[in-house]
Amino acid sequence: MSRVAVVGAGMTKFMRRAQETSKELAWQASKMALDSCELTLKDIDSVALGSAPDAFDGVHMKGEYLVDGAGGWRKPIMRSMVGGGTGVFCAIQGWYHVASGLFDTCLVVAEEKMSTCLPHPQAAFNSIFDHTTERPLGPNLLWIFSLEMNRYMHAHGITKREIAQVAVKNKKNALDHPCAQVAEEITVEDVLNSEVMAWPVQRLDVSPTSDGAVALVLASEEVAKRITDKPVWIEGVGWHLDTSYWTNRDLYYPKYVEYAARMAYRMAGIKEPRQEIHIVEPYDPFDYKELHHLEGLLLCGKGEAARLTVDGVTARDGDLPVCPSGGLLGVGNAIAAAGLMKVAEIFWQLRGEAGKRQVPGRPHRGLAQAWGDLMQVGTVIVMGI
Amino acid sequence: MSTKVPAYPGTPLREEDLKEGRVLLVKYQPRAQYRWDCGVAIGRYLAELKEGRIIARRCDRCRRVLVPPRMFCEECFRPTDAWVYVESTGTVNTFTISHIRWDAIRLDTPQVAAVIDLDGASRGIGILHLLGGVEPEQVTIGLQVKAVWKPPRQREGAITDIRYFKPF
Repeated sequence: MSRVAVVGAGMTKFMRRAQETSKELAWQASKMALDSCELTLKDIDSVALGSAPDAFDGVHMKGEYLVDGAGGWRKPIMRSMVGGGTGVFCAIQGWYHVASGLFDTCLVVAEEKMSTCLPHPQAAFNSIFDHTTERPLGPNLLWIFSLEMNRYMHAHGITKREIAQVAVKNKKNALDHPCAQVAEEITVEDVLNSEVMAWPVQRLDVSPTSDGAVALVLASEEVAKRITDKPVWIEGVGWHLDTSYWTNRDLYYPKYVEYAARMAYRMAGIKEPRQEIHIVEPYDPFDYKELHHLEGLLLCGKGEAARLTVDGVTARDGDLPVCPSGGLLGVGNAIAAAGLMKVAEIFWQLRGEAGKRQVPGRPHRGLAQAWGDLMQVGTVIVMGI
Repeated sequence: MSTKVPAYPGTPLREEDLKEGRVLLVKYQPRAQYRWDCGVAIGRYLAELKEGRIIARRCDRCRRVLVPPRMFCEECFRPTDAWVYVESTGTVNTFTISHIRWDAIRLDTPQVAAVIDLDGASRGIGILHLLGGVEPEQVTIGLQVKAVWKPPRQREGAITDIRYFKPF
């Protein structure tokens, strides 16, 4: 396999509602990514596109609809969709397009426009529940998160007060992100006093719905070295899907994230992830998910992630910075674009281009992870310089 | 975001922009209809619910008793072997107190949903259902519950033939 580098990145603001169409958002991010490494569409051999459910847009075969904005017309293009895991998965897909030797370059584009769906984009998720045994009970998407959060808290004796610190940290980190939608300085009390949505989940435990797009340019080793003197290498990738009989699993631990991480670590030659990973962007659509995922990624023991947060280890200037971007809780959750935003953040951080968000100590290796479907998919990418 | 980029694209809209007609919008309401076959395993599951019983499938290789039942074991990837009844009692594995509906509208009365590990099924094998007959604050993980069935004549072969589970 040939080595693959990320050489450019671009993104739009994340917004509750954008005037731009899906296509226009995809174009804006793609153009910025190309400009950032001084390439044009002519230099792009293939396109890997990620966008979550068609139901958000009410457009069947959204991948085909987006093709022009994503620079994919008259090119080999492939759209992937693994729910919330899509953003990191489409970068993995771009990686194997290039690693296989089939293409020298790949434009990776993730776009999401959730605001189109009425009355609320949450409704688009209703059809993920089993149509015969679950949907007649009137479920809503928050149920699966709150059921999982409750089980996680119960298994380890973790409190909502500890978990709320993740929301406080990420929303604060996002104040330094120019694309952020819900960056703010809040307190643990604010989280605990916010509207209860589906206990134990409260309003400020949750990321917002968003519109936005992110794009990356990937290149083979030979091409990357001609384009830039600061390539960021994709060292390992992994993905894994668990059973859709989700009520038959113990939700306290995301085993599928662990399997995805192990696959990526093996490829990257990482034996001691806690020592060898310097910066992490785990998927944080809810505050407890950041903790859940840090454990699944083997970056701390089961039930230990809350303590790391309380002790400041995961702060931007801590020993293991987690979500220095501001994450989904602060920047926003434009589903597929949010996952790819995390990959872009690792790229910018490792290049030393993250400005006010820059993690101290010149990190050499970072990890981005996303999660989704019916609480069952983990997608992981490890990058280094 | 990179320090090399001075400005980021995207035009955020506010609710007023839409209400006051500053941007143009097109509305669309799909009228999609579906008819789902319940399948072999779930078909029998529903027929048994109509009779006031909960049925599972057993796999003789991994020895799990599986509910909702399936005709194949996803773990062993072979056919399951036998129909077995499980109890209509169980234990709350995890629960949520939901204050909002599927479309994010707030409910007047909160609804309690739970994963219930059924007695007679393998450990950790649960189903999604609702809890009732209990104040939401009284619900705990580990609570023992039993099914409250609709009267026989009102049952139609659906998961809702169990109205909810209540503590006992």
